[in-house]
Amino acid sequence: MKKTIITVVGKDGVGIIAKVCTYLANNKINIEDISQTIVHGYFNMMMVVDMNESSKSFGEISSELAEVGEEIGVVIRLQREEIFDSMHRI
Amino acid sequence: MITRREVIETNEMIQKENLDVRTITMGISLLDCMDAELDTCCKKIRDKIYNKAKNLVKTGKDIEKEFGIPIVNKRISVTPIGLIGSSCCRTPEDFAKIAKTLDDVAKEVGVNFIGGYSALVSKGSTPSDELLMKSIPLALSITDRVCSSVNLGSTKTGINMDAVRLMGDIIKETAELTKEQDSLGCAKLVVFCNAPDDNPFMAGAFHGVTEGDCVVHVGVSGPGVVKTALEKVRGENFEVLCETVKKTAFKVTRVGQLVAKEASARLGVPFGIIDLSLAPTPAIGDSVADILCEIGLEHAGAPGTTAALALLNDQVKKGGVMASSYVGGLSGAFIPVSEDQGMINAVEAGALTLEKLEAMTCVCSVGLDMIAIPGDTKATTISGIIADELAIGMVNAKTTAVRIIPVIGKGVGETVEFGGLLGHAPIMPVNNFSCDAFVNRGGRIPAPIHSFKN
Repeated sequence: MKKTIITVVGKDGVGIIAKVCTYLANNKINIEDISQTIVHGYFNMMMVVDMNESSKSFGEISSELAEVGEEIGVVIRLQREEIFDSMHRI
Repeated sequence: MITRREVIETNEMIQKENLDVRTITMGISLLDCMDAELDTCCKKIRDKIYNKAKNLVKTGKDIEKEFGIPIVNKRISVTPIGLIGSSCCRTPEDFAKIAKTLDDVAKEVGVNFIGGYSALVSKGSTPSDELLMKSIPLALSITDRVCSSVNLGSTKTGINMDAVRLMGDIIKETAELTKEQDSLGCAKLVVFCNAPDDNPFMAGAFHGVTEGDCVVHVGVSGPGVVKTALEKVRGENFEVLCETVKKTAFKVTRVGQLVAKEASARLGVPFGIIDLSLAPTPAIGDSVADILCEIGLEHAGAPGTTAALALLNDQVKKGGVMASSYVGGLSGAFIPVSEDQGMINAVEAGALTLEKLEAMTCVCSVGLDMIAIPGDTKATTISGIIADELAIGMVNAKTTAVRIIPVIGKGVGETVEFGGLLGHAPIMPVNNFSCDAFVNRGGRIPAPIHSFKN
């Protein structure tokens, strides 16, 4: 089934992953891959998730995650995997 | 599995380098809306466009949100109205009424432009084509979102010089009727040689009679992405330069292809073509002229500009063609003046003239575009400029166009502000030596020989 990519970018702080993952768990979104790094004090995370079990629409989750991001001072984006696949894979 | 580096690359293109899908354009055939009664015809046009396009804007926004890629414009193109109004329009005012209908339904479904207020007269004009052309100044002065185009010539038919002469007058009249807004009407009026049937870009989009009932075309863009990619290969040779443009064009076009497929599936409308164009906007970093500078010119217009543009245009096509299943429309680099900050800078610096722009149009799409000229330029001079540009298209079997704005009440040295995507432009000087006797001859220029291909 189609996957979704979540990217989290912003100033590093305590509990960013915890906050994001709590939201995902509460909404039945399964994390399949996660990688994270800090570049010059900036937090940079990418997750591959499966949202098929979630009862909320893509638009709702996208807006709510953006709000979670605002609370903790990072930018969270939700994008379907196909845009990256089509650009980087033939 | 997609890597983090790839995700970051894509998102940087979108966020920092202005990568976007420039337009989703729905082409709608209005051939089945023809009627002998004007009011019935208008009602059929409204109903058909509304039914086909009512979900266009929402679908576009959904796709934007899910893929995280901006889709700047959602637009509609329709069958040339010169055909549709032929059995019910007896006066230019009748045609203008259809223009008003198009404008109203465009606003109703929320698209920002609707194209196809057009006539195809490359060989000759029917009475209804003439009425449509004569109605253009009125139509563009009473509507906001209607775009008009006229195909005046082609490689197969030659150039209809009677219509070229008429359009010189029409452009002046349109400028006059919209002078309160700096002659904005002319920014929505373009004349063509070899106009494509499937162009998604305004102002020249119309739904050709060779097309199906309803189809979705997508125009991609991304001058900023190409510019940024070229920054990393400064000083390298032409092979490296060309490969870089090609790879970048491929990536940009793949996004367009994805969006086109998705839009087509969601709207239940066949996918038509991807238009592989580098279309600039007035935003900083979204400029084709800046790419030319990055290739190695001080300003667009410097010696070497035509060669640089030729290679850019060619590499964009080479990269893009492989990324999409169907390519069409105009497909090339656009060089509008007012919509490209780098071009504006070049004109202001004195590096770029009308004549150099004309030379540049020999090697790229599409033509003399969004060029402001003095308001007192004679209609015959405008016709002469049009004839020159169309001759380039006719002889080279390519699309060329003219979208020129004689700004009433303004002269060289002054600036005109169109706002939004149309941008602003310095008024450029025009060669004012007379071509009256040439333009007033009447008739048409025969089609050129191309090595007896048949």
